[in-house]
Amino acid sequence: MAGILVYVLAKDGEFNKNSLGAISEAAKLAGQLGGEASAIVVGGDFADDKLATLGAYGAAKVYKVSGPEGLAQPAVDAMAKVMTDNGLDVALFGGGLLGLEIGAGLAARIDAGVTMEATGAKADGGKIVVERPVLQDSQIVDVGFSGKAVVIGRLNSFEPNDGVGAAGAVETVDVEFNDFSLKAELVTRGEQRGEDVNIEDADILIAGGRGLGEKDKFGLCEDLAGALGGAVAATRAVVDAGWYPYAAQIGQTGKTVAPKLYLAAGISGAIQHKVGMQASENIVAINKDPNAPIFEFSDLGIVGDLHKIVPKLTEAIKAKKGA
Amino acid sequence: MKIAVLVKEVPDAAVEKRIDSGTKRLDRSGEKNLNPFDTHAIEAAMQLREGGAVQVDEIVAVTMGPESSKSALTKAVSLGADRSVQLTDDGLAGSDVNATGYALAKVLESESPDLVLLGQQSDDGECYAVGAVVADHLKMPSLTQVVKLEASGDTLTCERQAEYGYDTVKVTLPAVISVGDAINEPRYPSLKAIMGAKKKPLETKSAGDVGIDAGKVGESGSKTQVLGLNPPPQKASGELIADADDDIDGAVAKIVSWLDERKLI
Ligand SMILES: Cc1cc2nc3c(=O)[nH]c(=O)nc-3n(C[C@H](O)[C@H](O)[C@H](O)COP(=O)(O)OP(=O)(O)OC[C@H]3O[C@@H](n4cnc5c(N)ncnc54)[C@H](O)[C@@H]3O)c2cc1C
Ligand SMILES: Nc1ncnc2c1ncn2[C@@H]1O[C@H](COP(=O)(O)O)[C@@H](O)[C@H]1O
Repeated sequence: MAGILVYVLAKDGEFNKNSLGAISEAAKLAGQLGGEASAIVVGGDFADDKLATLGAYGAAKVYKVSGPEGLAQPAVDAMAKVMTDNGLDVALFGGGLLGLEIGAGLAARIDAGVTMEATGAKADGGKIVVERPVLQDSQIVDVGFSGKAVVIGRLNSFEPNDGVGAAGAVETVDVEFNDFSLKAELVTRGEQRGEDVNIEDADILIAGGRGLGEKDKFGLCEDLAGALGGAVAATRAVVDAGWYPYAAQIGQTGKTVAPKLYLAAGISGAIQHKVGMQASENIVAINKDPNAPIFEFSDLGIVGDLHKIVPKLTEAIKAKKGA
Repeated sequence: MKIAVLVKEVPDAAVEKRIDSGTKRLDRSGEKNLNPFDTHAIEAAMQLREGGAVQVDEIVAVTMGPESSKSALTKAVSLGADRSVQLTDDGLAGSDVNATGYALAKVLESESPDLVLLGQQSDDGECYAVGAVVADHLKMPSLTQVVKLEASGDTLTCERQAEYGYDTVKVTLPAVISVGDAINEPRYPSLKAIMGAKKKPLETKSAGDVGIDAGKVGESGSKTQVLGLNPPPQKASGELIADADDDIDGAVAKIVSWLDERKLI
C-alpha cells in the first residue's frame, strides 16, 4: 500500500503546528494518490489518547516510538523501519531544523529522492510532484521522483486542519537504534536566551538585523517602537550574536508573526526570516543595499542608511502624534 | 585528529544566478568562488587546531565538482587547510543532493577523518542537507547549524538553535558537523598563504578511484528530477524610495505620510 508518513515534532507534550499542517497536507495528497496518511512520534512519552488526536488532522495511523526526542538520527532509524515494514514510500515534514536533518538522513537511508523548502505538493498521474522555490525564490521548480520521496516543507506552507478524520489508530513500534544514532546526546533543549519578550501580540513590529551594526543600536528600534506603540523583533543573525533575546526572533527557528506593520531595519530578507513575517499586512524595509532580497517583498522600500533615517523617523512620528 | 572540511565552488555572489531552461540545471558559466558558508567551516577547523584542547594533525579540504572547482580548494588551502582532494568525474554531473552526499561520503571514507566539517548551506543549492546525508552513509553522529563547538578528548560539545530555542548536544567522534555562519568570523588569507596555496598537495580522484557505484550518481542515478521551471507568482511591486540618503528629511516625510495613509500612526 502506498502511503505517506509524517514526522511529528513535539516538545513539552505539545505537537508542533507545522507538523499538524503536514499531516493535513499528507491526508490530502494520500487521497489523490490512493493511500493513507500516517504520523510518527518519537519520544515524549505521549499517552495513546493524545496521540490519537492526530487523527483529526488526517493521520489514519499513529506510530509511537519510545526513544530520544529532539535529535534527528533516532528518528531516521524509526521512520526507516516504519516505512519499510509498512511499505510506505513518501515521507513528509512540516519544515524547521529537525525536519531538514531527519529528512536528509532518511533519504540517504532508504535511497529516496529528497526535496526541501517545498511550498506545495500534488499528485500527477499517480506520482507526487513537489513545488520548490529556488535561488532566493526567484524561480520555482517542479520536482518529480523516481521511487521513494522525502518532502520537507517550507515553514508555514501547510495549514493544519483538525476536521479531516476521526481518532487515529495508535500502534507502538519497537525500534532498535543504530549505535551511531545514540552518539549524540541532548544535554539541554530549547534554552531561551535573553529575556522573555512578547512580540506575537503586537500590531506594530520594528525588527532589527545585522545592519544595526552593534548591540547598543537596538535602542534605535526601541525608540521607534516606542513612538509607534509597537514592540521590537530581531533576526537570527543578531540573536546568535547575543544582541537581542531569542524570544524576539522571527523566522524558521523563531516566531511566526503577522502584524499590521512590520518595519525591517538592516535586514537582508533571507528566506528563513521571510517565512516568519511574510503574512504581515504592511512591510516596510530600510536597507542600504538596493539589491537586498527584502525589497522583493516589501510594500515600501527605503534604500538608505538606517542610522540616519530611523532617528529622524522617530522624531517625526513623535511630532506628528503630539500635533 | 584529522579534520576534513567539505567545500563547494558556487557562482560568485555578484553573479545573478539563473537556471538554464534547457538542461534545467544551474547556469554555472559566470564568475565563481568558494561557497562563503564554507569559510566558516574552515575557520572552525583552524580554531580547533589553534585552541589547543585537542591536537589537530591535519586539515584536508574536499570537494566534488568540475575541473574549475580546484580554485575553491586553493582558496580553502589559503584559509588554512593543509592539502586538498578533488572528486571530479563526468559521471557525477547532475547529481542531486542525495547522490552528492553519497559521493562525498565515498571520498571521505578513503580519508578516514575523525571530524567532518561543512557549511550550513551552499549558496547556490540552498539544501541544508548534505551533512545529514554524508553522516548517514558514514554511520556517524551528526548535527547541523552548530554555532558553538568545543572539543575535549573524543567528545564535542555543540550548541545550535533549533525550533524551540538553543540546544546543547554532546557528540562522540567521529562525527559530521555543519556549522552556522554565526560560529565565527573567518579570517582573511595572508598574501603569503595565497601565494603558497598552489604549492600544497592537491589530489584529483575519479568516481572509480573511491568505489562510487556509477548507478547511484549523476543525472541518471539521482532520484529527483526537475520537471518544470516557472517564474514566481507576480506580486504587485511595492513603492521604493531610492537614494534616501541624499534627502533624509524628504524620505522621512514620505515614510510618515505612507504610514499615515494606512492609519498606522
Ligand atoms: C536552518 C536555518 C534556520 C534559520 N532560522 C532563521 C530564523 O528563524 N530567523 C532569521 O531571521 N534567520 C534565520 N536563519 C538565518 C537567515 O538565513 C539569515 O542569515 C538571517 O536572517 C540574516 O539576518 P540579517 O538580515 O540580520 O543579517 P544580514 O543578512 O547580514 O543582513 C544585514 C542587512 O543590513 C543591511 N545594512 C547594513 N548596514 C546598514 C545600514 N547602515 N543601513 C541600512 N541597512 C544596512 C545590509 O545591506 C544587509 O542587507 C536561518 C538559517 C538557517 C540555515
Ligand atoms: N559538491 C560539493 N562538494 C563539497 N562539499 C559540498 C558540495 N555540495 C555541498 N557541500 C557541502 O555541504 C554544505 C551544505 O550544502 P547544501 O546541502 O547543498 O546546502 C556546503 O556548505 C558544503 O560544505
